[in-house]
Amino acid sequence: MPNFIGSPVKRVEDKRFITGKGRYTDDIVLPGMTYACIVRSEHAHARIKAIDTSAAEAVDGVLAVFTGQDMVDDGILSIPTGWAVGDAMKEPPHYPLAVGKVHHVGDGVAVVIATDKATAQDAAEQVMIEYEPLPAVVDATAALAPDAPIVHDGLDSNLCFDWELGDRDATDRAMAAAHHVTTYELVNQRVVPNAIEPRSAIGHYDPAREELTLYTSSQNPHLIRLLLCAFVWPDLPEHKVRVVSPDVGGGFGSKIFHYPEEVICAWASKKLERPVKWTAARSESFVTDAHGRDHVSTAELGLDAEGNMVALRVKTVANLGAYLSTFAPAVPTYLYGTLLAGQYRTPHIHVNVKGVFTNTVPVDAYRGAGRPEATFLVERVVELAAKELGMDPAELRRKNFIRPDEFPYDTPVALQYDSGNYEGALDKALEMIGYEDFRREQAEARKQGRLLGIGFSSYIEACGIAPSQVVGALGARAGLYESGGIRVHPTGKVEVFTGTHSHGQGHETTFAQIVAHELGIPLENVEVVHGDTSRVPFGMGTYGSRSLAVGGSAIMRALDKVKDKARKIAAHKLEAAEEDVEFVDGTFRVKGTDRTIGFGDVALTAYVPHDYPEGVEPGLDENAFYDPKNFTFPFGTHICTVEVDPDTGVVRILRYVAVDDVGNIINPMIVEGQIHGGIAQGVGQALFEGAVYDETGQPLTGSYMDYTMPRADDLPSFEVGHQVTPCPHNPLGVKGAGEAGTIASTACVVNAVVDALYHRGIRDIPMPLTPERVWRALHAGGDGAAAAAAPAGGNGQA
Amino acid sequence: MAHISITVNGKRHEADVEPRTLLVDFLREHLGLTGTHVGCDTSQCGACTVHLDGRSVKACTVFAVQADGRSVTTIEGMSADGALHPLQEGFREEHGLQCGFCTPGMIMAAADLLQHNPDPSEAEIRHALEGNYCRCTGYHNIVRAVQYAARKMREQATVEA
Repeated sequence: MPNFIGSPVKRVEDKRFITGKGRYTDDIVLPGMTYACIVRSEHAHARIKAIDTSAAEAVDGVLAVFTGQDMVDDGILSIPTGWAVGDAMKEPPHYPLAVGKVHHVGDGVAVVIATDKATAQDAAEQVMIEYEPLPAVVDATAALAPDAPIVHDGLDSNLCFDWELGDRDATDRAMAAAHHVTTYELVNQRVVPNAIEPRSAIGHYDPAREELTLYTSSQNPHLIRLLLCAFVWPDLPEHKVRVVSPDVGGGFGSKIFHYPEEVICAWASKKLERPVKWTAARSESFVTDAHGRDHVSTAELGLDAEGNMVALRVKTVANLGAYLSTFAPAVPTYLYGTLLAGQYRTPHIHVNVKGVFTNTVPVDAYRGAGRPEATFLVERVVELAAKELGMDPAELRRKNFIRPDEFPYDTPVALQYDSGNYEGALDKALEMIGYEDFRREQAEARKQGRLLGIGFSSYIEACGIAPSQVVGALGARAGLYESGGIRVHPTGKVEVFTGTHSHGQGHETTFAQIVAHELGIPLENVEVVHGDTSRVPFGMGTYGSRSLAVGGSAIMRALDKVKDKARKIAAHKLEAAEEDVEFVDGTFRVKGTDRTIGFGDVALTAYVPHDYPEGVEPGLDENAFYDPKNFTFPFGTHICTVEVDPDTGVVRILRYVAVDDVGNIINPMIVEGQIHGGIAQGVGQALFEGAVYDETGQPLTGSYMDYTMPRADDLPSFEVGHQVTPCPHNPLGVKGAGEAGTIASTACVVNAVVDALYHRGIRDIPMPLTPERVWRALHAGGDGAAAAAAPAGGNGQA
Repeated sequence: MAHISITVNGKRHEADVEPRTLLVDFLREHLGLTGTHVGCDTSQCGACTVHLDGRSVKACTVFAVQADGRSVTTIEGMSADGALHPLQEGFREEHGLQCGFCTPGMIMAAADLLQHNPDPSEAEIRHALEGNYCRCTGYHNIVRAVQYAARKMREQATVEA
């Protein structure tokens, strides 16, 4: 039997995708299908004075037009957030369609349902809405001003929460005593996740059985069902609802959340007793998919005379957008503030975060979710400190790393890092990039007027989300365990049920590798089932690099149960004591003998229990829930080199080296793919991407015409190295690899560009580092940051 | 309504369509060929790339009536005889896909490249695919997949010659 663990097995899911047979939500056609088009606000902030649906209703082929009030009158409630940050957090209502007021451009106001897509779109233009426009606020810092427009009726300010972590007094004292303080003011700009499959939902109510099926392009179907039935539509019985997330074309966080369109399609389907499909146009995605990042921060890093970090003080204003999305409160707090220690022994850290409402699209988790923001801040301020102190940036990092013998390590910001070898990853990355050679090359190039730079990013992330009791104490309204099921069929074929969801991560392969390995059976005898609440007992979905660390651990627990029971059956058949039976490569054997029984025969016996051990139930079908003991802590160092064209400001990435420690690796091919994709998204934020609003709240980046993402010719090939420090507290020793690349790469690229330009007096350029901003910085003579048309706020306000 | 006759993957289809019907909607909704995807509404993402008379086009930017009397190949037509096209094989072998949504368009765009450049450099591959967004792979393995297919197709051409 081949060893499947650690093997680059080709993906079993690929066949359907490469032949055009993938089945995404919009590909599904049901008998009697109808099509929804949502009429959306063109105002950032306005009172709805009147809605006239009569002309739209009169269009041939239109079945119904519904408003937010229609839904509320029928018992539909507000969509809740999944986290509460402190008791004082403000949680204004978020109705699936606006009631009384719209709060951002794109807010849904009415829905037109017709027999075909084009008719629904045509009729939507006939819905007449009378608005009273109100002053809007888009910048989070401006939203805190005493005279700022208030986004939500019933609140006296736009402050959602004011949160802090760490010992403020001790940090202040250590900062005051520091030999040197590096101060960095930064904007971590708003970005749009942009999974290439636009979101889609189909509600399908069966009046005969009084059952509802919701197909949705979601990362976590069970959570959608729970939120829908427990909070939004209490009259909908959970056991009569099935949520299916079929093939999903990328998520990156943006498809975690419970969105209004899921409620609208489900509810309208019951009203009309016909299936209702909605699929976003890309321009609609830009104003309805939750955005990411959008912080304005000040960081102060205190160091002693030897370059030891003694204190870090951070103040952040986080733009939450108009409504609290599902994970929104947790992202700029527990997933951000807790990561500010980075890989360093900084003894005193204090962070204050103000979460603020604005008239913009809601902001929530985007690949990395809080951890990229923390890493960007830490790695940029450390880089600047090295420059200001005249120290080598690699050596300043090395000097301050938590050392391998200091684990488990309690940080001053509430985490206990379980393991790590930060210097090992740095050294490997330095070797791969050829650090000293590059510094020589850089010096030579500079003499010729060429601008070369090298950037570092030594990151840590908290993944494997998450221990339920810990997150419960932090305000999560759900547990973050995972379920895993192993159903052995009488013929020895196996179905694996996981509550995680694959939307590109390759679970159908990786999880099958684990099961095939553990049971000693061929890979093709294993089928992984996910994305359907009627088939999988429960689940919390896929995000936070949790699928393998939490979902894989649940599968391991279920495998233990299967193996224990199978061993009892085998011992009975072999007429041996249970403890004398070993299970090796798919065969049970009485130790030290040639008496054996194969796994398939044991499976058959379990279902044909004629000759069967006493007290053992028939069947071989086990389920397990796994609640992790701690977060996992992947880490690594990325290094890239860039060349900046002084005439055009264009940044070209010359080489990109990533050394990541994600623990044990089941499928290195898939892990490397995750790292590649993650790097590209982080590079996107550094160089290309940014959601921009004008001062009235109109989005200026509303399509791919004006929102730039990395294309094939913008990126180099990546050089990926691994280091393996197994996670000590889960059965697979894995940590998670989905977010590492994104968490590391943004700071890495910006550090490289600044390294290329520092001798020209440039210590920062606000992201994205477009050619124009770089060129302006180079030609401003002196403080590049000020001259580079820095946006006022995180949303890149024009 | 306009009457059209289009050959798709070697099979002729007659239909009455609204003149505003996009080729991609005709393929997906009239013919049920859902392998061709829609990722944007401004012809930027390339998920809808198909071949029209042997050249790649974005099917969201072509009206169905413009394809009247012409021949269209979609991803479903790339392995019509049951054998995977070298590009399909390459994407699997080199892990050139993750979520799979951009993949059909990528394969169709790459097929166009390899038709007129059987031995492209990495830079030529990257340039040829810059009309197609992938948000998952960072393009690294897509480049490898196209290189794999180019190599295989050259070998096949040598054997056949």
